[in-house]
Amino acid sequence: MGMTEAILLTIATAATPLLIAAIGELVVERSGVLNLGVEGMMVMGAVGGFVIANLTGNPWIGILAAIALGALTSLLFGFLTLTLAANQVATGLSLTILGLGVSSLMGEKFVGQAGEKMGNLDIPILTDIPLVGPVIFGQDPIFYLSILLVVAVSWFLFRTRAGLTLRSIGNNHHSAHALGIPVLRYRYLAVMFGGACAGLAGGHLSLVYTPQWVENMTAGRGWIALALVVFASWRPARVLAGAYLFGAVSIGQLHAQALGIAVPSQLLTALPFLATIVVLVLISQNVRATLINTPAMLGRPFVPDR
Amino acid sequence: MKKLLIGLAGVAAMSLGMAASALAEDPMKVCFVYVGSKTDGGWTQAHDIGRQELQAHFGDKIETPFIENVAEGPQAEGVIERFARSGCEMIFTTSFGFMDQTMAVAERFPDVKFEHATGYKTAENVTSYNSRFYQGRYILGQIAAEVSEKGVAGYIASFPIPEVVQGINAFTLGAQSVNPDFKLKVVWVNSWFDAGKEADAAKALIDQGVDILTQHTDSTAPMQVAAERGIKAFGQASDMIAAGPETQLTAIVDTWGAYYIKRVQDVMDGTWESQSTWDGLAEGILEMAPYTNMPDDVKAMAEATEAAIVSGELKPFTGPVNKQDGSVWLEEGEVAEDGVLLGLNFYVEGVDDQLPQ
Amino acid sequence: MRLELIKRSAPAPAMRFLSPLLGLVLAVIAGAIMFSALGKAPDRALYAFFIEPVSEMWSVHELLIKAAPLILMGAGLCICFQSNNWNIGAEGQMIVGAIFGAALPILLPDVQNFLILPLMLIFGILGGMLYGFIPALLKAKFKTNEILTSLMLVYVAQMLLDWIVRGPWRNPEGLNFPESRRFHEWARIPEMFPADGRANWGFVIAVVVAIALGVMLAKSLKGFEVKVIGTSPKAAQFAGFDSKKMIFFAFLLAGGCAGLAGIIEVAGATGQLRPTVSPGYGFTAIIVAYLGRLNPIGAIVAGLVLALTYLGGEAAQISLGLSDKIARVFQGLILFFVLACDTLILYKIRLSFGAATKGAA
Repeated sequence: MGMTEAILLTIATAATPLLIAAIGELVVERSGVLNLGVEGMMVMGAVGGFVIANLTGNPWIGILAAIALGALTSLLFGFLTLTLAANQVATGLSLTILGLGVSSLMGEKFVGQAGEKMGNLDIPILTDIPLVGPVIFGQDPIFYLSILLVVAVSWFLFRTRAGLTLRSIGNNHHSAHALGIPVLRYRYLAVMFGGACAGLAGGHLSLVYTPQWVENMTAGRGWIALALVVFASWRPARVLAGAYLFGAVSIGQLHAQALGIAVPSQLLTALPFLATIVVLVLISQNVRATLINTPAMLGRPFVPDR
Repeated sequence: MKKLLIGLAGVAAMSLGMAASALAEDPMKVCFVYVGSKTDGGWTQAHDIGRQELQAHFGDKIETPFIENVAEGPQAEGVIERFARSGCEMIFTTSFGFMDQTMAVAERFPDVKFEHATGYKTAENVTSYNSRFYQGRYILGQIAAEVSEKGVAGYIASFPIPEVVQGINAFTLGAQSVNPDFKLKVVWVNSWFDAGKEADAAKALIDQGVDILTQHTDSTAPMQVAAERGIKAFGQASDMIAAGPETQLTAIVDTWGAYYIKRVQDVMDGTWESQSTWDGLAEGILEMAPYTNMPDDVKAMAEATEAAIVSGELKPFTGPVNKQDGSVWLEEGEVAEDGVLLGLNFYVEGVDDQLPQ
Repeated sequence: MRLELIKRSAPAPAMRFLSPLLGLVLAVIAGAIMFSALGKAPDRALYAFFIEPVSEMWSVHELLIKAAPLILMGAGLCICFQSNNWNIGAEGQMIVGAIFGAALPILLPDVQNFLILPLMLIFGILGGMLYGFIPALLKAKFKTNEILTSLMLVYVAQMLLDWIVRGPWRNPEGLNFPESRRFHEWARIPEMFPADGRANWGFVIAVVVAIALGVMLAKSLKGFEVKVIGTSPKAAQFAGFDSKKMIFFAFLLAGGCAGLAGIIEVAGATGQLRPTVSPGYGFTAIIVAYLGRLNPIGAIVAGLVLALTYLGGEAAQISLGLSDKIARVFQGLILFFVLACDTLILYKIRLSFGAATKGAA
């Protein structure tokens, strides 16, 4: 395996958790709900996945546990913001604070223990094709799942009736309600899907990326996933592009250092965040494209009148 | 005035309480302030293992309460003060960033003994203690130069403080003593502990062609990556063999226990004195994990070097040594002074990196 | 069985005050259950958490030190949030304020007179405002989501501080360790009652600022504008209020408060610039704002409560050996329960049994 393939693989591994968490949040936001608790759900998924895989010895059961725990955590958010119509921004933040606290409490006994790593695919002949072989045929299973998710979400949102309904709720929950659409039921399902994705992304961190449990191991990736959704102006394919761009920048800065390029390492570390801001600005300048895709009800609570 | 009186009354009550507890032969309270989590797998865990050894050694003669994840800076002062007031007779503050806070509290509690790790300030009742980690890193460098086929090692570094720069330089000097053309690539991750970033840095270094990894960050993620990519690596602060049974060559293991036991014994015997300790392999404040996954002759060389450092015959920073720009740092036979080492802010020749300034 | 919300005809004023209390009580109950589950006597644990830290004078001083930045930033964020500007980057604005203020004693160590401290405070405010200006400008000019930009800027500020302390502003006599030179006496905020503890006048500044903001919000036209723009943007438009100007006002105000908190922290308790200025005060301040009913005066009480959870976490570790993670869980629980109870301000909750009505799920 040459250097180019190796770098591409590294970028794919770094981008996968961002992509999964972002695609989940995209569906949530398309339904008109803003859940800032991605970081909290992700870290819960990471700890749950690691602990269960460690106890059962099976990373697949771990991944399922990560998904379940992420979805469960998101229900807490759903109950507050949907049933109780609480402020979404504040609730999302508290979910992050709570998730970081609870996960470190849960995982205290598991820090430093050897993890159950999920292996990479290795298809004879195909994986050996130069350049594309290892990248297309030699990755971990979650990578393929992440690509599948993008396709599936894209198809769901723009090619199915339920997807159309979900988007219409995000654009105007009052008229959707008037048409007899169960707004809150759709939103609950969307929030849980977002939670499941965030949990899966966390599971990827603790079972594939770095197979171990470390306190606060999401290290801000949930927030980046949130930024990616806006960056992508709520389009699944652009989330994919954004996640890989971000992965490339964060891996690229390490390579620049290893090559001995003399730039303060703090600047390089801050680069991905600055890049996100720049892109956010560029995206929001294109008012027309943004307006078409922005869910108009984003962040507004909905209480069905009687 | 009233407040002052209340305050004084409080202090009086405290000292009475302390006197009473001493009479009743209550266990002596030895307290620890940690910067990280006691299960971080690296720095703080090493201190906590030392604390456990201390507790086991003295049994119910002492109590060893500790407090984790104390932020460096002003927040630490309140924590140290709380300890001092709760009847601790001895307080170990185990991170550089607690230095000024330790000094400030020590001034107010002259009867409490303070021990501060890796700093440089002392007082009547404050000792500073440190470990010559760089001695171990010299051995790592030698092993790296023997085992590496490409002659390039990757170094995952945390922050450009003297302790880390000492390590990079000692590693380079050790490697050059075997292979004068040995090169070192350094990546700064600006964190002591970020498994994801450390793993990415490890991958980047390997992709750039290094075939041996060493780290001055605390997670086992680089070891895992090295194992996955089939190259060798060194552990840091704790024995990381579990993360890479086929990968770890050796590790620098911080072993504070013996020091803690000795200092507590000194207090019990009434022989405790303020001092500035900078121990190394000889005193057993750091140890090398078993030399594994390497040919026998390399192992023999490493053991010989270790013995030479223990006996004092070999000092890693001995001339001739040039600085990175080629100018002379140490003349032939000249040994670097501790004062210079404690403030080290330049590389030696052969490091392929610019030191962040 | 299902929960249904029934809108009240008008917000219940009593609930505005009862809700945080109810939330706190529920959080304490949840905490007691958590402590029992961890095998600790809940009464002993709650005592360590809430009473022990305020049972001695010196510890009360520690409480005031921690409360000062929380109150200042919480009060500023109240105005921000009330006007619908979601600034969650107070942490970054605090850091930049600390850097700006610290520039004076670090770059001009020989200028030592009574003017230096007031100047530092002003510089700190300016630094925070400047950093708050960035997301405000991006939001007003390009409609860029301020939640994300202000948050991204936190990470950037942390790296800036890290670089400046390890690089250009490193103490020339500090053996190369990452910290600036220590501030001289004129550049330090004096302690209030040095005989009792370390609390400095920064706490008083924080309370005064919070009260001033509270009065501004309640009595002035600007305060009215903040509330109208926040609650009904349409009405604000008819009234001729400029929501773009409000973006700048809110961000500069909250940024200025955070910057002031930063320089107070550095010139007060620390006395030098270090690689970390705050253990996440900027994020905790968001809880403070909510617990304080988005009212700057309420933020004073809420700031003290949250400061207590920090100290309580330490006390519980020392006296009971409880894990430090508990404090964080506790903070999260408090915010959660308060948010849940806030529902009672606008709605009545009814449990209903039987079939679903159309559309409500």
